[in-house]
Amino acid sequence: MSILEIFRSREKKANSAAIARERLQIIVAHERNGQHTTPDYLPAMKQDILNVVRKYVQVEQDHVSITFENQQDVSILELNVTLPDND
Amino acid sequence: MAKVIVVTSGKGGVGKTTTSAALSTGLARQGYRTVVIDFDIGLRNLDLVMGCERRVVYDFVNVINGEAALHQALIKDKHTDNLFILPASQTRDKDALTPEGVAQVLEILAQEFEYIVCDSPAGIERGALMALYHADEAIITTNPEVSSVRDSDRILGILQSRSRRAELNMEPVKEHLLLTRYNATRAERGDMLSVEDVKDILAIPLLGVIPEDPSVLKASNQGLPVILMEESVAGSAYADATQRFLGEECPMRFLEAPKKGLLQRIFGGQG
Repeated sequence: MSILEIFRSREKKANSAAIARERLQIIVAHERNGQHTTPDYLPAMKQDILNVVRKYVQVEQDHVSITFENQQDVSILELNVTLPDND
Repeated sequence: MAKVIVVTSGKGGVGKTTTSAALSTGLARQGYRTVVIDFDIGLRNLDLVMGCERRVVYDFVNVINGEAALHQALIKDKHTDNLFILPASQTRDKDALTPEGVAQVLEILAQEFEYIVCDSPAGIERGALMALYHADEAIITTNPEVSSVRDSDRILGILQSRSRRAELNMEPVKEHLLLTRYNATRAERGDMLSVEDVKDILAIPLLGVIPEDPSVLKASNQGLPVILMEESVAGSAYADATQRFLGEECPMRFLEAPKKGLLQRIFGGQG
């Protein structure tokens, strides 16, 4: 700290540690929640399921939704396929 | 019953090997028969930090592959009684560690030693997973810096889901936060995450705070665990942390910035 900074330090400075703390709290909370809710294989499995369905019925990518939910003792994999209207 | 301690962090360069060397030396100096194992296959460095690099003949992978007996690979530390080092292999890659092989080696060591300190490699790949799998306690080495804190949190998640204790539904791995390279002056100025900040975010008990200290480099230059530089700040902080690890009350030191004299204030100095 030099002589000039003695005076300067009395001014309010942006506190970078506070910013770091806030950013970390958000990202860490987010990642902790995410840890068990979506397994890494989910996107690939979704694609495989879509391919199987498509062997029989022509469906669009966004007509298949997969959700993965963790409850206390069980994990629920929910698959929702919207079939096209029968003409 | 031997206790297995993993020194881990996720991020590289935060002080895992320095900590492994210091803690294992500290435990041995308290009279506990201790072995420290380098799990960083392909990038071994514990031998250099502990000053036994020229005495490595056989290594961890040789033992796993049955190419050498365990007692041939163990190096007796020249600074400290009761302390042995099991070096990593420098020529293989991390796939050379097999879960069965590691388990076997640890089982034999557990009969002879009271503490088994596992120096984890950085990352969350095989070597790191092997190092933490058998842990009873974990030292989460963290720098007061965003990427290190985030990676430490990730490692905590892995300890809670993929360690042996987690898989077998045993009592969870006991976690300890060790904050390294701390600069109290900068934390007080608000330029660095404070001890409290990191403790709040990671939400695990604090084992110790090791201040940033040139002695750490001086010690590793000479192949001396920094805890043996007893007059140094980092060395004393490691000695304190060892005491706390052993369950002794030991007040935290070095958490406040050293007071500066008037001349230092005027002419400046390192902050």
